[in-house]
Amino acid sequence: MPSYKPLIFGALLLSLSASFPMAASCLSAPDTITLNAGGKLFEPFSFDHAKHIQEIKECSDCHHHTTGTLVQNPKCVKCHQNSSPTAVVSCKGCHSATPFSPETLAEKSAEKQRFHLDKMGLKGAMHQGCIGCHEKQGAGPTGCQDCHQLSEAGKAFYYSGKVAVKGAHGAKKH
Amino acid sequence: MKRRNFLKACIIGGATISLGKTNKGWAAGSFEGYPDAMGVLTDTTRCIGCRSCEAACNKEQKLPEPETSFEDKSVFEHERRPDSKAYTVVNAYDKKQPGEPVYRKIQCNHCNEPACLTSCFVNAYTKTKEGAVIYNSKVCVGCRNCMIACPFNVPGYSYESVTNPIVKKCILCYDTRLKVGKPPACVDICPQEALTFGRRSDLIKLAHERIREYPDRYYDNVYGEKELGGTSWLYLSRTSFDKIGFDTTLGNEPIISNVKEFLGMVPMVLSIWPALFSGIHLLSKGKHDEHGHDTESTQEDR
Repeated sequence: MPSYKPLIFGALLLSLSASFPMAASCLSAPDTITLNAGGKLFEPFSFDHAKHIQEIKECSDCHHHTTGTLVQNPKCVKCHQNSSPTAVVSCKGCHSATPFSPETLAEKSAEKQRFHLDKMGLKGAMHQGCIGCHEKQGAGPTGCQDCHQLSEAGKAFYYSGKVAVKGAHGAKKH
Repeated sequence: MKRRNFLKACIIGGATISLGKTNKGWAAGSFEGYPDAMGVLTDTTRCIGCRSCEAACNKEQKLPEPETSFEDKSVFEHERRPDSKAYTVVNAYDKKQPGEPVYRKIQCNHCNEPACLTSCFVNAYTKTKEGAVIYNSKVCVGCRNCMIACPFNVPGYSYESVTNPIVKKCILCYDTRLKVGKPPACVDICPQEALTFGRRSDLIKLAHERIREYPDRYYDNVYGEKELGGTSWLYLSRTSFDKIGFDTTLGNEPIISNVKEFLGMVPMVLSIWPALFSGIHLLSKGKHDEHGHDTESTQEDR
């Protein structure tokens, strides 16, 4: 019987260490987030943040070096090994909603020291991040309307044509 | 003597003009594009074939409604090319491979030294400093030389208009967006950021950086960097470019290099030959006058 003690103790420690950084950094995390808030062609929708925290558990999977466990990727640790969680952790805090506007491009070329020159815009980061992970995990929506429904303007935009055919933006079942 | 002096002046003047033009032509062969020219980098590894770019182009350029809606995925069964009703189309390639095919958006590549511009005898085409190859539909006479000259088979022809036949193609949204620094409509709508807008010189660096960072994801070449003297539209691919419908046999010499020697002769022919031959004609006619063999007509004229 006493031989089990260190095992139980170890397991307890492990579970603590696994849950601690998450509990500490995700305390103020919102349960739901409205995405595509200003969407014109697709309706805004509610993102179940709580569910993703529950299933993924690792904040840094989506939030990179800004929160959660420190990055492990050998390419990133060169700079971010000791990066403490940042004040801004939201996607739009780093990924610009207008990555190709004259202002953003001017800002980029003015800042000569910038390393992340190929940082994706908000829309690209969201789509590639979400769909990429959903496909990898074999779980979660991957079709356009599985997340956001077409608005009236969107229907007019995509369904124009002499013959209406549903396809590319239809819902995919997973 | 007066006539002879005039002819001499014509020949000397013509020769200097044509020589000057030819020298300029040689210099043009090494033109690497305007320094601040913008461009678009298409990352074909990111494209999911949603055709949003086609829809956005249709609305932005006020093109006619398509045959079937932009939701129709059956269009991928056949390879399409841009035409007067669609300045951009997305095709599917590598369909025999398991998994998703490779999607590639096709539109005008906005060459640094456009063959369409070279071939146009009414000067309808302009390569703007922003990088777009635009055309003036008011001067276009509908000869379709540019359609034949374009190595990428891009310009479309509006056959439906008999009274005003003009060529139509992507203008990088020059009038409505590029002119004020905004990205083209297709770039703005792309959900995957498969299209990156920026200064062409920056995009080339960016593209090579992506290849360096993800060597397994990319084929080590940037299509459009050097092809035909370089294009404003650049491409990245997972496989070699010939597998996804690109013409990899075009070489790096711009089209104008193949025709510049001939074109250099054109001003000379146009400026000297008429004067030369009319001079010869007048001289021979004058001789006839002097010898009094051909006096009838001159008498009648008087």
